[in-house]
Amino acid sequence: MDIFHISLQALLGQMTLGLVNGSFYAILSLGLAVIFGMLNIINFTHGAQYMLGAYFAWLGMTHLGISYWVALLLCPILVGAAGMAVERLLLRHLYKLDHLYGLLLTFGLCLIVEGLFVEWFGVSGQQYPVPESLRGVLELGFLTLPVYRAWVVACSVTVCLLSWFAIEKTRLGGYLRAATEKPEQTQSFGINVPLLVTLTYGFGVALAAFAGVLAAPVIQNTPLMGANMIIVVFAVVVIGGMGSILGAIVTGLGLGLIEGLTKVVYPEFSSNIVFLVMALVLLVRPSGLFGKEKS
Amino acid sequence: MRKEMLRVEHLNAWYGESHVLHGIGFHVNEGELVTLLGRNGAGRSSTLRAIMGIGCTRKGSIRVQGHETTGLKPHHIARLGIGYCPEERGIYASLNVEENLLLLPQVGPGGMTLAEIYQMFPNLYERRKSQGTKLSGGEQQMLAMARILRTGAKLLLLDEITEGLAPVVVEMLGKVLTELKTRGYTIVLVEQNFRFSAPLADRNYVVEHGNIVATVAYGELEKNRTLIENYLGV
Repeated sequence: MDIFHISLQALLGQMTLGLVNGSFYAILSLGLAVIFGMLNIINFTHGAQYMLGAYFAWLGMTHLGISYWVALLLCPILVGAAGMAVERLLLRHLYKLDHLYGLLLTFGLCLIVEGLFVEWFGVSGQQYPVPESLRGVLELGFLTLPVYRAWVVACSVTVCLLSWFAIEKTRLGGYLRAATEKPEQTQSFGINVPLLVTLTYGFGVALAAFAGVLAAPVIQNTPLMGANMIIVVFAVVVIGGMGSILGAIVTGLGLGLIEGLTKVVYPEFSSNIVFLVMALVLLVRPSGLFGKEKS
Repeated sequence: MRKEMLRVEHLNAWYGESHVLHGIGFHVNEGELVTLLGRNGAGRSSTLRAIMGIGCTRKGSIRVQGHETTGLKPHHIARLGIGYCPEERGIYASLNVEENLLLLPQVGPGGMTLAEIYQMFPNLYERRKSQGTKLSGGEQQMLAMARILRTGAKLLLLDEITEGLAPVVVEMLGKVLTELKTRGYTIVLVEQNFRFSAPLADRNYVVEHGNIVATVAYGELEKNRTLIENYLGV
């Protein structure tokens, strides 16, 4: 069957790939947005931390025989802990300064990490196999859906919704939102805001690493996999708006779909479509689709 | 002999390069209400902020129930049982009234229950599901006060609570403070509105240039009226 000379197969295939990419965009932009909201720091290291998730999973598998499932839990914890150390030792000295210093520091860290990994592992990339239980395909009429892709989307959406719930509906999430809005005053009420900041950074970084482990079986794992991703993720965050958790999730998935659609309709433009959307959105809504004006 | 709740001695404080407190000192005993009177910029709000350890460098001595707090972080100071109500009220925009009320952690035993709060502030009950910022100035002030009463704080630092409010709200706040005094709360009140604070205060400290320049007890207000009016620039 053809729609506008495009086969339905091709369309649906690209849309599911788009949803998979969109899932990664959603998790990554969620982490970035939460970090920016709390720390006022643009975490340029996010892409490298995503890469670390994938690489720790691969290293765990090849050197320690760690399974995918263990890696899914362990790698975010490890990379998140490393992130907390970075916040404690380096980032916290920058909060009083201009945004630019945070960007520069995290950019520098990103270059160091990616440089080291290129040095150790080269640029051609490592293979990570799809775990046994998630191999195969689902036959759904005119769409053959690889099980792993369905898993990625389902898992990402679940993690995003759990994060949203934790932030919007729990007491700790309430503390986080209060500390984001008025850090000094929240501290004067007896809430340990510095600790909350460290934990928030760790959480955002852990989300990035989680996305990395999820991505390992489907994406080419190179030390620069994060660098390729991160610019698009920044555009997603800008489009979605900084204030909204749900906004980051919806925008990430939506842009993944738009990108997928573009690959079928006009492939030459597919790597730029996100930036066109960003330019258009900013013209109409400068704070992003779901963003709140910072008062 | 009443227990000493707060003693400030030789307190100097700086906002960056700006030296705002010049050795200020005063004390408050349990169950007392004292006021810090003075012009804008005299250093009254800065004193409260310095006690909470917010945003300034401090040198000197601040003892809360005997504990020296100048080396402590704000969240540890709060947990000694202090409730701070800032001048800007600081209602969280992203939370509704009830969420604002329930957010703060307990800093001491015996905090008021939600029911007791709503009894003291009936307006808040009616507006409990409203977004924090949709409240009127008076309602925001009531919420700011109600918040800290829930936490079990026994030493209250209140900054300009009557500022910009209608007379009927000011009167209501006066009744609330009287009630709190009866219940044994210790209160430090920063006020411009002398007529509001005069009947409530056991002691009035006049602040100028970051220091205490006069201390006027409850019974001596009329005698010192001219002195006070000079300092307040009325």
